[in-house]
Amino acid sequence: MEAVRVALFVACYNDALFPGTGRAVVRLLERLGHRVDFPAAQTCCGQMHWTTGYRREAAALARAFTGVFDGAGAVVTPSASCAATVRASYAGIARAAGDPALAEAAGRLAVYELTEFLVDVLGVTDVGARFPHRVAYQPTCHALRGLGVGDRPLRLLASVRDLELVDLPAAEECCGFGGTFAVKNADVSVALAADKVRHVRATSADVLCALDNSCLAHIGGALSRLHAGVRVAHLAEILAGPEEG
Amino acid sequence: MSGAVPPAGTPPPPPPPPPRFADAAREALADPSVRRGLREATSAARAGAAGAVADSADWEELRAAGAAVRDRTLLDLDRYLEELEGAVVEAGGTVHWAVSAADAVRVVAGLVRAQGESGAAVADAPVLREIGLAGGLAAAGIAVLDAGAAAAVAVTGVDFMVAETGALVRSGGDAAPAPSAALVAVAGLEQAVPAWRDLEVFLQLLPRASGAGRTAARTVVWSGPVAGDGPAACHLVLVDNGRTRALADPVGRTALRCIGCEACLNVCPVYERTGPAAYGPGGAGPIGAVRVPLQRGVRGAHAASLPFASTLCGACADVCPVKIDLPGLLVHLRGEVVEARRDRPVPAPELAAMRAAAWTLAEPRRYEAALRRGARWGRLLARGGRIGRLPGRLGKWSDARDLPAPPAQSFRAWWGRR
Repeated sequence: MEAVRVALFVACYNDALFPGTGRAVVRLLERLGHRVDFPAAQTCCGQMHWTTGYRREAAALARAFTGVFDGAGAVVTPSASCAATVRASYAGIARAAGDPALAEAAGRLAVYELTEFLVDVLGVTDVGARFPHRVAYQPTCHALRGLGVGDRPLRLLASVRDLELVDLPAAEECCGFGGTFAVKNADVSVALAADKVRHVRATSADVLCALDNSCLAHIGGALSRLHAGVRVAHLAEILAGPEEG
Repeated sequence: MSGAVPPAGTPPPPPPPPPRFADAAREALADPSVRRGLREATSAARAGAAGAVADSADWEELRAAGAAVRDRTLLDLDRYLEELEGAVVEAGGTVHWAVSAADAVRVVAGLVRAQGESGAAVADAPVLREIGLAGGLAAAGIAVLDAGAAAAVAVTGVDFMVAETGALVRSGGDAAPAPSAALVAVAGLEQAVPAWRDLEVFLQLLPRASGAGRTAARTVVWSGPVAGDGPAACHLVLVDNGRTRALADPVGRTALRCIGCEACLNVCPVYERTGPAAYGPGGAGPIGAVRVPLQRGVRGAHAASLPFASTLCGACADVCPVKIDLPGLLVHLRGEVVEARRDRPVPAPELAAMRAAAWTLAEPRRYEAALRRGARWGRLLARGGRIGRLPGRLGKWSDARDLPAPPAQSFRAWWGRR
């Protein structure tokens, strides 16, 4: 297919803490023959402020986001929760702020979570990756219920050479991250992580992957504290193959 | 109505306010019997509901119809309630209006005493739990008997009230109350349905969503006293308890579509681990976390904590038989909580932090500077590639979870040098 121009929204927490995920998206899309732009004025979609109740702050960030990506064409992000925020919550943010222009600007955007873009727009499930590990997939709530990505991530994983995909028990149950919930209700959040860790360990997977590094930081943070010997990785890093030097 | 609740003289001191959700949850999490009991009960109800829903080819049409009937009814609720009152009275019943939960308990206690009784059979129902009926009756010196016990007076919640005919409908539940003297039915204002034919939808939605089966094992309809058959008196206690306040919120009013199936509780990962007690009085699970602050307002610390008692995972919205957008309402109420606190003379630390974060994120250069600053701090805190202890409020994260050490360069720094 013809080369597509893609605007990457890396998401602020990936920018700061998980740059390897952003690099993987760039490597993957370029390997598939497409061109990636990174609009440098991007910061944050406003999700944390919105879901914590800070409507005005969320509206300001949403206005900035729509300004940065207006006219950008396909916007691709390796964050299911940010994609869901722009697609599903910006209308509510605009309504709460009494700002119909924001709702219109949001309506003009075409924001895709990475696996949606690969499968639906580019029409690929075999991205030419090799990953010789035993892998479990956590369908995060925003990917599963927010965006409805369905089996797209599993189809992409099934085409990765030498990858052994294992079923995660109770996969559709929330891991307990929940944004600021992880701190405001830390005890319940950790209780949920404990059960998720139990299920992950039952699979004997080497790597747990997902479409949200935020949830993975929570599950991975508990796995690390327990020295469980299970690594977490964003799906993009698996699809991009092993990172070169 | 005879007999005030406090037997003599001074009213009892008001109970202490319930604890915030996070504090109550901590206690509940430590109780192994709570954890096991809930896991078993919710997974059984989940499986039952999933099976009944899978067997209903028209489930999505039923949900849409249920939501539409509810929305239409709520828009004209005052008219339907007047129609209902007229129909109940015409059928020989009596209608009592209770503004608050305490009023409702007082009315019920008075009705029991008016029969010369010191005890009543009480059936379990969401509205009775909401008003704290069992505890309230016991405090008033009235013995609370099992729903199936032979008694002169039986108190029951009803699921639906038909405005057109005055019929009171209870679907499923424990043993059918069969009092010899008086039936006391309690219902929230929103439980009115316009007409008998509307029950077709709700009597399919309720048992399936609650996990009872395709249809309820028992559905009881009361249509006023009948000479020589059943109780001589039928009372209907209509409970407001903040429902009119919820109705006045154009976003929040959709929560009153609720038919009390508790499907949202049974799929909620938070509820499954904390149980009902952590939510305090008035309602539990996602719907309780929405309804209590909607009906009471968000000024109190307990009610204000409830909208945050959710990861927003969305499982509740998927199963709600009347399509209440529970995560959306939780976020709406979080906004109400924050708005109510903005006018405090000294801003809360969270408000200050959120404002500072938004200010930083609003401008790419400030954001880039913050990335560099954060990375420096992160590297100071890291040991062996991991951060095991974070300062301040973030210590709540690091009490049980590591954080990876910040990378040598941010994504944008890498992009800039490529």
